[in-house]
Amino acid sequence: MTAVRTLLARPWIWSFIGALIVWLAAILFTGGYGAGGMITAALSLAVFMVIVGIGQMFVITLGPGNVDLSLPANIGLASAVAMKVMGGSNAMIAVGLVAALASGMAVGAANYLLIRVLRIPPIIATLSSSFIVLSIDIAYGRGLQIKPPPAFADFTNIQVFGIPILAIGGVVFAFLAGIALQRMIYGRSVLAIGQNMRAAWLAGIPVERIRFFTYTLSGALGGINGALLAGYFRGASVDIGNEYLLSSIAVVVIGGTSVAGGKANVPGIWGASLFLVLLLTMLNTFGVSAGVRLLLTGLIIVGVITAAGGQKTLR
Amino acid sequence: MTASASAETLARTGLRSPAFARLLRALLPALSMTLILIAIAYLNPRAISYFGFSLMLNLAIPIALATIAQMFVITVNELDLSIGTFVGFVACVTATWLRDAPLLGVVVLLGSIGVYAALGALIHLRNLPSIVVTLGMSFVWQGLAILMLPKPGGKAPDWLQGFMSLKPPFVPFPIIAALVIGLGVHVALMRTSYGAVLRGTGGNAQAIHRAGWSILKTKVTMFALTGLFGVLSGMALVGITTSADANLGNGYTLLAIAGVILGGGEFVGGRVSPIGAVIGALTLALAASPLLTFMHIPPDWQVAANGAILIIVLAARALISRREGDR
Repeated sequence: MTAVRTLLARPWIWSFIGALIVWLAAILFTGGYGAGGMITAALSLAVFMVIVGIGQMFVITLGPGNVDLSLPANIGLASAVAMKVMGGSNAMIAVGLVAALASGMAVGAANYLLIRVLRIPPIIATLSSSFIVLSIDIAYGRGLQIKPPPAFADFTNIQVFGIPILAIGGVVFAFLAGIALQRMIYGRSVLAIGQNMRAAWLAGIPVERIRFFTYTLSGALGGINGALLAGYFRGASVDIGNEYLLSSIAVVVIGGTSVAGGKANVPGIWGASLFLVLLLTMLNTFGVSAGVRLLLTGLIIVGVITAAGGQKTLR
Repeated sequence: MTASASAETLARTGLRSPAFARLLRALLPALSMTLILIAIAYLNPRAISYFGFSLMLNLAIPIALATIAQMFVITVNELDLSIGTFVGFVACVTATWLRDAPLLGVVVLLGSIGVYAALGALIHLRNLPSIVVTLGMSFVWQGLAILMLPKPGGKAPDWLQGFMSLKPPFVPFPIIAALVIGLGVHVALMRTSYGAVLRGTGGNAQAIHRAGWSILKTKVTMFALTGLFGVLSGMALVGITTSADANLGNGYTLLAIAGVILGGGEFVGGRVSPIGAVIGALTLALAASPLLTFMHIPPDWQVAANGAILIIVLAARALISRREGDR
């Protein structure tokens, strides 16, 4: 009983419960048909949200106003870079991944420079840089129709007992991110900066180095995500990352991370990603139109956040 | 601070003083717009005419209205990520119901302002992050818009179309509209006592509460005003484009935020400037297409040029703020 109670006290459990309810509603509708396939598909799609969601989580945890709006453009550019460098050849997969990672890190570092050197608020800085990255992507990726190398495309679709290998990787990655957040100096510093930047600075935390690292990390994860998406959907495109603008923020907040910063939650990102993906799957199985699907998604997001309640004020 | 007072301090303390920096900062939005206008005049002198301005600034009116809408929520330290899709929703209502069944259209539009007011109450009472709530609402508005108008279409009411294509003597309509919007909101928000209370909610909510004002009321007021200006923006947009599309306003969310910041607003602290916001919106509208077309920038790089202009203006602002030394 106490175990249940401590479990329920965790902020992230609700997103998993939500995901479970949505899944049950969906298979109830299909009469149990495709229940396993639904989970497999949800796991494959959720992992992409988890990857960028974790990057976004570290950024948001830095404190009010910190957010990375350049992820969609970043993902799009990285997907094009990865496909062009790989050039459809299995031998170049590793090089392509490194190139996508470097492209993402460059975007992240540029974001930080805008924020730090030019003192532009992060929302506008990442927005402006995303415009520039988008243009680079349009010019660079024009008419790009390179298929991913067969081995890479297969890798992104491998399943072990119905569990996509990417999802397993995503769980391991989330686990490591959780350790980095709660047990390592880096994560503790991010939390401290989010709670009170000045206090963190006075306590001797290298605030600017941590912020630089966090924006670069978010960029890097966007880059990796771009490469993986291009493999999974068998090709790069400019708008491949578009949905991750809103969903990366949504999974972070639904997962129990505070938008005011200083309080983060890694498991919740997995729960929230599964919840969002399964929600779309459920609405698709119900056969509703695109308009109704958007409408219900929005109402459920507002409903969930209202039910979960805001942060209790510390003072 | 009035201009004459700052000029006086300026004369007393010299050019390198914080007072000068503050004046410069207040003038920066106007300054950046002037620079862009000079660039346009240099590249294409014929654009600087009654007709040229009417064309170049046509789409600036809905952008300015959406920017003012965003400014209201930013005043109380919130952010509206749904204003773009809301403008699209309003555009769809205007191009369908407001034309075919005016009464129903008016009721729906008033109702949507009511929804905004209710969101303000919800966000305040449950202490919710406005970013997430409005993120969710952006899906709701878009969904409703698609349900109403699955394909681009509809038609603007004739009176609205007529109003938006007014050709007043001497001064082009967009400029008059921008002046009316900027000055009207300026007087209401910056020069009235309740306007000060509204801004105070962003500056120090606790102090305003202790002074006996209801924070719930101020937040609801600001969200309702956001809804109202969102409605005006959507209607103005349809009046110009004459038909609607569910995705018509999607770009406005980020454009409006950028406009507010470009115009000298801050994300927290209730420090906003309605006139600056309107100028910021006009600057963005001018920088968006006319300037780039005249500069012969290839379409691929137009978005990048937009981003670069934003960065340059904001960097200039940051440099000035640093000299001003107020943190």
